[in-house]
Amino acid sequence: MSSPSIDLKKAVLDALMAGLLALVVFGPIVGVVLQGYAFQMEAGRVAWMVGVFMVGRLLLSVFLQTARGQRLLDSFEQTSGGVGVLPPGHKSRIKWVILTLIVLACIFPFFANKYLLTVVIFGLIYVLLGLGLNIVVGLAGLLDLGFVGFYAIGAYGLALGYEYLGLGFWTVLPLAAVTAALAGAILGFPVLRMHGDYLAIVTLGFGEIIRLVLNNWLSFTGGPNGMSAPAPTFFGLEFARRAKDGGTPYHEFFGVSYDADMKFLFIYAVLFVVVLLVLYIKHRLSRMPVGRAWEALREDEIACRAMGLNHVLVKLSAFMLGASTAGLAGVFFATYSGFVNPASFTFFESALILAIVVLGGMGSTVGVVIAAFVLTVTPELLRSFADYRVLLFGVLMVVMMIWKPRGLIRINRIGIAPRKGVAP
Amino acid sequence: MDAIFWQQMVNGLTLGAVYGLIAIGYTMVYGIIGMINFAHGEVYMVSAYLAAIAIALLGFFGIHSFPLVILGTLIFTIVVTGVYGFAIERIAYKPLRNSTRLAPLISAIGMSLILQNYVQLSQGARQQGIPTLLEGSLRLHIGDDFVQLTYTKVFILVAAVLGMLALTFIIQKTRLGRMCRATQQDRKMAQILGINTDRVISYVFIIGAAMAGLAGVLITLNYGTFDFYAGFIIGIKAFTAAVLGGIGSLPGAMLGGLILGIAEAQFSGMVNTDYKDVFSFSLLVLILIFRPQGLLGRPQVTKV
Repeated sequence: MSSPSIDLKKAVLDALMAGLLALVVFGPIVGVVLQGYAFQMEAGRVAWMVGVFMVGRLLLSVFLQTARGQRLLDSFEQTSGGVGVLPPGHKSRIKWVILTLIVLACIFPFFANKYLLTVVIFGLIYVLLGLGLNIVVGLAGLLDLGFVGFYAIGAYGLALGYEYLGLGFWTVLPLAAVTAALAGAILGFPVLRMHGDYLAIVTLGFGEIIRLVLNNWLSFTGGPNGMSAPAPTFFGLEFARRAKDGGTPYHEFFGVSYDADMKFLFIYAVLFVVVLLVLYIKHRLSRMPVGRAWEALREDEIACRAMGLNHVLVKLSAFMLGASTAGLAGVFFATYSGFVNPASFTFFESALILAIVVLGGMGSTVGVVIAAFVLTVTPELLRSFADYRVLLFGVLMVVMMIWKPRGLIRINRIGIAPRKGVAP
Repeated sequence: MDAIFWQQMVNGLTLGAVYGLIAIGYTMVYGIIGMINFAHGEVYMVSAYLAAIAIALLGFFGIHSFPLVILGTLIFTIVVTGVYGFAIERIAYKPLRNSTRLAPLISAIGMSLILQNYVQLSQGARQQGIPTLLEGSLRLHIGDDFVQLTYTKVFILVAAVLGMLALTFIIQKTRLGRMCRATQQDRKMAQILGINTDRVISYVFIIGAAMAGLAGVLITLNYGTFDFYAGFIIGIKAFTAAVLGGIGSLPGAMLGGLILGIAEAQFSGMVNTDYKDVFSFSLLVLILIFRPQGLLGRPQVTKV
């Protein structure tokens, strides 16, 4: 390819067009700030934004005309396949990475203070949520925008079960997974028969219904005031200074001095084991027929149905599995914060979990784990950017879809070489 | 039939007419590129802000007579929201024409978050409002009670009907409308016949956004208050209206809007106001289960 000449006139025209659009779009909303029925002019901000857009468009326009930009444009045109295939006999080093991570996670609590521990617990809860949604969105290709509804079922399951039935953490943990899965089945079964996009809006509505009911049913859920949730117990020993339900506090039983951090340490340990378990189950499932069926359905539904796959059941299994993982995460969230209220289960949470899956890579487990930590721990460290968090998530989603719709880390599979003397 | 019923009927009709206007945006975009434009509710929210800004600006320049204010506000809001629709399509959806099925949906969610947060950051999180522009009302006596029909509501109904008529005219009679219908029926064939389908898709987004802009002005006139989060709930409800009428069908969107508005108003009048959103969302789920093609839509057939 000969080096293309740069058409400056076109670039300047593009920039002017972008500037005009930016002026119309940003002018009123950014430039005129409403104050009661009056307003305040903020022309400076508009000038800034229009300037940034014009310069940005000019640079982009020039860049795309260079040889390198052309290559970039060409790479967008090709739609890459779902998975990358590695040569047969490829030895993955991921085993050692995982081992190191497990060792790190085991020694981490000895060095961490309480704040760091709670941040990591928070991160792990989102790893769990991300893994659950990754099965639904990443592997099965179903867009679930009400994922937070199942999370709320888990969290309120613990709070309500404790309040009305006297159930503890360990009883509710499996119950919440089952309840969330059942809710997923009831919601998913009718909708999954239809075109995939409907699922997105129905789940969006479902998430809102759950939140509104929790918010409005004052006599049962306490409404916006929320409810308290119990801490976990260690074989009946409680993690409180004084026993509440007739049990024994752990420090009296072992004869050690009371330490309030012990509760978080215990939650961390249990949560870590559950995350490992879910990781393992997901790893195995994606290699079983049902996992292969999820991905096949994502890539081409019509072909799958023609091959005799029951698309409703396959999709439903992914949907239920994702929901039950969210239910588990909800129980951990409730016991970790000791308190639940509907404000924790807004649409923004669903969007955050979706951002984790999108950034991490559709279907890629490692990517989701990293993305969950990046997206939940970074905001803790960068408190001053808290206002821009949602904006950044939005930009992230749009840019990722244009740039790398399969996520940063692609799934790679080891290819299979046909054996000699055997018909392939 | 008592007065409360008729009062809720009036409220429901005005609400439903506005839902119908927003639903048009969903239904047209779905019809032409087969995707749910999640950012559409936010376009309505932006238009509510634009309407308040226009009213404030006009008031600043000393224009207070109702016809002039409303005309200026409508033109300003519809034009700027149209540009918003164009820009959203250009940035978030056009690069994804040949991408995976999930990509435009996620991009749309991202766009919706961007718009919400951008308005929140530039205008503040507090609730905003506009002054009452049109005072007075008609009273219809029924027995001992009366039904109050404010002039604002009359104006909303008239404006919504005029908007829908104008849209129907554009789609049925003009060259642009013929191009839209051709692209909707078969995009590839339309392209072969020399229609610039990319441009038609842009027009569809502009028309949808303009309708949402009209709806934004009308709702703001009626309720007087809004905030940056307003687009979310109204967006889902308008989508429900579009599905109820049969997604992809224009008369369906209008009919669905009216039915949903009336059902919701009657529900909050007779049962409970707290759960009216729950009622609408449940209705959406029920429609999708029992009649996914909607009232006026045709069943979907997938072909290889």
